[in-house]
Amino acid sequence: MDSGASRLETAYLRETPAPTLPPPALSSGALGWTRKNLFSGPISSVFTLLTIAFAAWTLPGLVRYFILDAVWRADDGAACRAPGAGACWAYIGQKFPFFMYGSYPREWVWRVDVTFVVGAALIVWLLAPKLRGKQVAAFLFFVAFPVLGFVLLSGWEAVGLPKVGTDLWGGVLVSLVVSAVGIVVSLPGGVLLAMGRRSRLPMVRMASVVFIEVVRGVPLITVLFMANFMLPLFVPDNWSPDRLVRPLIGVSLFASAYMAEVVRGGLQAMPKGQFEGAMALGLGYGRMMRLVVLPQALTKVIPGIVNTFIGLFKDTTLVAIVGIYDFLRTVDTARLDPLWAGPSISTTGYVFAAMFYFIFCFGMSRYSQYMERELSKDRQR
Amino acid sequence: MADAAASATADTAVELAGVNKWYGKFHVLRDINLTVGRGEKIVICGPSGSGKSTMIRCVNRLEEHQSGRIVVNGIELTSDLKRIDEIRRDVGMVFQSFNLFPHLTILENCVLAPVWVRNMPRKEAEELAMKYLTRVRIPEQAGKYPGQLSGGQQQRVAIARALCMNPKIMLFDEPTSALDPEMVKEVLDTMVSLAAEGMTMLCVTHEMGFARQVADRVVFMDAGEIVEANAPAEFFANPRHERTRAFLGQILH
Ligand SMILES: Nc1ncnc2c1ncn2[C@@H]1O[C@H](COP(=O)(O)OP(=O)(O)O)[C@@H](O)[C@H]1O
Ligand SMILES: [Mg+2]
Repeated sequence: MDSGASRLETAYLRETPAPTLPPPALSSGALGWTRKNLFSGPISSVFTLLTIAFAAWTLPGLVRYFILDAVWRADDGAACRAPGAGACWAYIGQKFPFFMYGSYPREWVWRVDVTFVVGAALIVWLLAPKLRGKQVAAFLFFVAFPVLGFVLLSGWEAVGLPKVGTDLWGGVLVSLVVSAVGIVVSLPGGVLLAMGRRSRLPMVRMASVVFIEVVRGVPLITVLFMANFMLPLFVPDNWSPDRLVRPLIGVSLFASAYMAEVVRGGLQAMPKGQFEGAMALGLGYGRMMRLVVLPQALTKVIPGIVNTFIGLFKDTTLVAIVGIYDFLRTVDTARLDPLWAGPSISTTGYVFAAMFYFIFCFGMSRYSQYMERELSKDRQR
Repeated sequence: MADAAASATADTAVELAGVNKWYGKFHVLRDINLTVGRGEKIVICGPSGSGKSTMIRCVNRLEEHQSGRIVVNGIELTSDLKRIDEIRRDVGMVFQSFNLFPHLTILENCVLAPVWVRNMPRKEAEELAMKYLTRVRIPEQAGKYPGQLSGGQQQRVAIARALCMNPKIMLFDEPTSALDPEMVKEVLDTMVSLAAEGMTMLCVTHEMGFARQVADRVVFMDAGEIVEANAPAEFFANPRHERTRAFLGQILH
């Protein structure tokens, strides 16, 4: 220590300014990248080699089964039953309308298609940051679209659309209706419950806590059963909710309780100063929450919110328990068609179902990551 | 009776009479009596933990007092939420930690309250905001987010944001304590010019130069009570209470 100190000059004066230099160039090019990222040391090299070996072992078989040996065109299961045949995509093609619409009358499926297209367009409008007029989009999506969807899907004789009972609905249609309603209800529901749980009013706080803990404390299946069998007991006979509405209510309540805890985490993370700054300006409670607190709190918990959405989306498969033909159940049912019976049918069907769920969930996840980046871009602290 | 009260307080901006407050069992404010006239500038100082913040936060009800009377602009603070909002509209506050809204731009920070609380048309509110941002000398930052500004700039925005509500009274809670030394002056200059315009100000600060320059009265607090209050010249030249002398001895060298 002594020798280090003695090397320091006591008096120092810089005479020439230190030059401003560009950063040193790192080893670049494909080879440089490979070395730096894949073979930077013995452990990293072993992992890289193991990964390559695993891929070499599994990929060829998968490619052969699902692409090269797959049956793409056939009118029945004969071709798929042939020895050495791979996945039976022809079967998916033939059953596709059933997977999409369930038993919805074929002459009216355009109504479902229109609903899908309008809904998808509005969602893009709502979610793409570059598109303007979010308030119009929000009004159309949250107010006009549900009405339009209801009229189109379930029918209205007065405008020439015959009624289609929900017992005929099925497949992707039902899965999307259940998840869309669940998602749209659970966010505001969760926000209200989270605020209730932090309320100063003891009754409001207690009601919120009891609701959240009870709903979170039982499996979704139980909530669905309760919604299915108990809801009708509480209302007069002719008011008894539709058989599809009951699980909708169950799923919405369930998702709201989970969402409430996610939102509460965000509220908890807000610095006290934000509340005080807003209050000192005379913004009342409602405006403080809406304009200052929630926008920040919800942004903080986007990963948790999307996580809940993804969980909800996959949980919609449980509505099958109370007799609703969601997408997975249509896949499960179609499998039993004797015309197509064969060794590859189940595998193909379930892989198709997995792909469907994966695409939606992965899409949500990617979008949330994109939004997090967008939102933090120019607000870096 | 209301009339008599109003006339008695016509020249009074803030009146604290026999105010007491406890945190649990801890007696944090003890028998506080302080009357602030319209246009008067009060500087409040005292050791850390003496209750300075708590006292001025009682003035806009960020903290609730448990006994005594607090009258602001002729309105007595009770648990009546309408009155609290009415008072907060006319009382601006600047915090040690700025408390700007990080998800809004500087301009949006300033426009928020006039638009949502005063129902001012957005265009008019933006003009007003630009006027005050020009006054605190950072109009060119209007489109940025708070996180992109220096501490001194953020604090000046916070002052502009409070001014956009056209407050009659301004509360400052150690506005320069979180700032790097070279930024303290720019904030103090803003406060000095505000004082010159006749704003009623209650400032918790240890900037004694500022106190000498603008204060009408310096109030010294210790252990939850007001120990001594006097005009700055007298206060600094002849502190009468022993605790005041000890405190001044520590901060003036
Ligand atoms: N929310 C609170 N709960 C309990 N004690 C508090 C709270 N806020 C402040 N105090 C205590 O009250 C005293 C006065 O605090 P404060 O008004 O912030 O002092 P000052 O601003 O003069 O430094 C301190 O001892 C502090 O620890
Ligand atoms: Mg303080």
